[in-house]
Amino acid sequence: MKKISVGASVACLVLAANVYAAEPKDGGAINVVVQPEPPSLMIGMYSNGTTQQVGGNIFEGLLRYDKELNPHPLLAKSWENSEDGKTWTFHLEKDVLWHDGKPFTSADVVFSVDKMLRKTNARLRTSLEFVESISAPDDYTVVFKLNKPFGPFIRLFEVGTMPMYPKHIYAGTDYKINPANQHPIGTGPFKFVEWKKGSYIHLTKNDHYHVSGLPHINDLYWHVIPDAASRAVAFETGKIDVLPGGSVENFDVPRLTELDNTCVTTDGWEFFSPHSLLWLNNRQGPMADKRFRQAVMYAMDREFAKNVLWNGFGKVANGPVGSKTKFYDKSLPNYEYDPAKAKKLLKEMGYDGTPVRLLPMPYGETWQRWAEVVKQNLEEVGIKTKMVSTDVAGWNQKVADWDYDISFTYLYQYGDPALGVSRNYISSNISKGSSWNNVEGYENAQVDKLFAEAAVAFPDSKRQELYSKVQRQLVEDVPVAWLMELEFPTIYNCKVQNLIDSGIGINDAFGTAWIKQ
Amino acid sequence: MNLQTLLYIGGRLIKGVIILLIIAVFNFFLIRAAPGDPAKVMAGEAGATDEVFLQQLREQFGLDQPLYYQLWVYISNLLHFDMGMSYRQNIPVFDLIMDRLPATLLLTGTAFLLSIALGVLAGVIASVNYKKWVDSLITILSLIFYATPLFWLAIMASLFFSVYLGWLPGFGMETVGVELSGWDRVIDIALHLVLPATTLGLFFTAVYARMTRTSMIETSRLDFVKTAIAKGMTPSRVTRKHVLRNALLPVITLAGIQAGQLIGGAVLTETVFAWPGIGRLMFEALFQRDYNLLLGVFFISSAMVVLFNLITDVIYCVVDPRIELSK
Repeated sequence: MKKISVGASVACLVLAANVYAAEPKDGGAINVVVQPEPPSLMIGMYSNGTTQQVGGNIFEGLLRYDKELNPHPLLAKSWENSEDGKTWTFHLEKDVLWHDGKPFTSADVVFSVDKMLRKTNARLRTSLEFVESISAPDDYTVVFKLNKPFGPFIRLFEVGTMPMYPKHIYAGTDYKINPANQHPIGTGPFKFVEWKKGSYIHLTKNDHYHVSGLPHINDLYWHVIPDAASRAVAFETGKIDVLPGGSVENFDVPRLTELDNTCVTTDGWEFFSPHSLLWLNNRQGPMADKRFRQAVMYAMDREFAKNVLWNGFGKVANGPVGSKTKFYDKSLPNYEYDPAKAKKLLKEMGYDGTPVRLLPMPYGETWQRWAEVVKQNLEEVGIKTKMVSTDVAGWNQKVADWDYDISFTYLYQYGDPALGVSRNYISSNISKGSSWNNVEGYENAQVDKLFAEAAVAFPDSKRQELYSKVQRQLVEDVPVAWLMELEFPTIYNCKVQNLIDSGIGINDAFGTAWIKQ
Repeated sequence: MNLQTLLYIGGRLIKGVIILLIIAVFNFFLIRAAPGDPAKVMAGEAGATDEVFLQQLREQFGLDQPLYYQLWVYISNLLHFDMGMSYRQNIPVFDLIMDRLPATLLLTGTAFLLSIALGVLAGVIASVNYKKWVDSLITILSLIFYATPLFWLAIMASLFFSVYLGWLPGFGMETVGVELSGWDRVIDIALHLVLPATTLGLFFTAVYARMTRTSMIETSRLDFVKTAIAKGMTPSRVTRKHVLRNALLPVITLAGIQAGQLIGGAVLTETVFAWPGIGRLMFEALFQRDYNLLLGVFFISSAMVVLFNLITDVIYCVVDPRIELSK
């Protein structure tokens, strides 16, 4: 409730908290904002951001990833890969119980991956095509046999991608309508208690959690507050302890971070590395010309957008792969802001002034303003731009049906180019009806070949070589106009300690967090 | 109530059912005219998708069937009092609506009673003090509240009373995380109710105040009022028994309209104060193209409008016995 700001010292507290980390204390409750209200908590079945945020505390994957995306034990205590890179063996923790008291065994793993997730998770299904068989030689060992040494395999075990489901509840049922979906049973640090639709979700401490000493927090309340200004007010009044990244408007961020006893961090997005870009419809109009697409890159003042719209958080993207994703090539050239060069390119190609339609993302004020900035940038170099506004459903429809010229979007990279990058550039992924595949319609046989080889090349040094080549090619061709690697600051009360502890950040944050009394 | 009245009410109810069905059919097509469909929205949110996934969703929702068949299924389910399942949440629409109904009725009902009571009172006071400073004050205030956008008022109220003064809770319907029962819980909910109910009620308070004032001033100039005064009745009795009772008819008409909005009319207030009501359910369903849920809320709200129109007509003849109900 204090209104007086203490200025810059606040941001430093984030670092300080880790420096003299005290002995963690048990107890207390944390109030978090959940925005928007998720359709379900069934992680792996629903991929909504907030499903991950809440469900990631109830369910677990076999592994956890740190901020450098290295795997760490969770439900699996150790693992090894065969010399040809094609056989992976996982050894499971022995004393793990489901929230209903039944033991967790290898049968649950085989069922979850081979039966349930194949059906319910479209993203994992593509990767599972590299998996020939999944078997359980004993209760605590699982063996994955691959048909090729699929490079990103070890990064598939994140909870949102490959959560473990209880076989004794789901086997033989219709997964989508199983009543347990309303009362999820996982192995995670928190148990589901209650979901008052439209109000809050309540999770409570799992007393039989398999990691000894964890969790420290007794209760978690996720509050549904639909209005952005009200969310900010709820934090100001101390009713809310944690605002996950992206849950308040960007223009409120500086004001909130200056409040007393308020910490802010941009950590915890490394695994996703949200990459914002403009789809350029390569099929039609001036966008079909490479020089026009390059001109768009030169025309945009992306540093300005970063500093003004995103409060300086994030990084200007200079290619298809985010700098935190594996196999990013540091030596790539960057398209600097250079309107003169853009004008020259447009003249060279003989751009006739055909107007282009610009589709902003319907996700709040920042995106609207960003579209206005880009429109102004484009018009300054002589590209006539018409803004088309629509709601989420309309946006998905237009993008998925290729009914656009230029459209904003942002995409998760999932730590590896084979998981979250190649899907947007390979020609076999051109298919109407999805807003997440090769929407721009870029076709290049060499790029297809490089991506295909890189996914299964072995070892990693070989993959790096191929990915560097393909990045260079894409930066030259500009199939889409890359904007920024986004960072969504998580704003929280400084009494919450050790909040962001992994590469997926808030999604599995509360198992290790504690409250300073 | 005599037979004629009962027949009238019965006839109106039958007409009401027919109107509701026509509205349902109309809504069915209206919603599908919006771009995108629920499968695309859900797939869009999923962050990754393929044709298989989209097809699965459409089959699950029955959206792969021809439109006339979908309409037939919807209407025949409706006639069996089945509003279908919410696509997004996999929960029956009826349960979702019933879950939210008490919160909405509490909010809108409080605002409704509050605005009628305060509005009529303010209107009467203003008209009795016609052209004095009290009258001017009430007129100015009601004009301000009439013209101020609801969402702005709501945010200001929450900033002032919740952030600055810290007197009232700024969001939600109850304090979460503490077990309250009995009177403690009632008081807790009442405290949470103050800001949203007041902001929601202020607009209609202003409308009622202005309506009552005008109507009172008009009626007080009529001959029968002069007669009453000439008979030597006390001014307060004239105001209550003669003027107010006759001046109330337009207010009742308006109250009927407001009552019709009891279900879906609080979207903004519910959003700003995070009140877990039906307005928000509807608003979110609209953006998610959750057809069944949206149609369900529309259906319940239109039923309320039809019902309250009827109740308004019945109240007319109670207030003014000269009005008769007949076909």
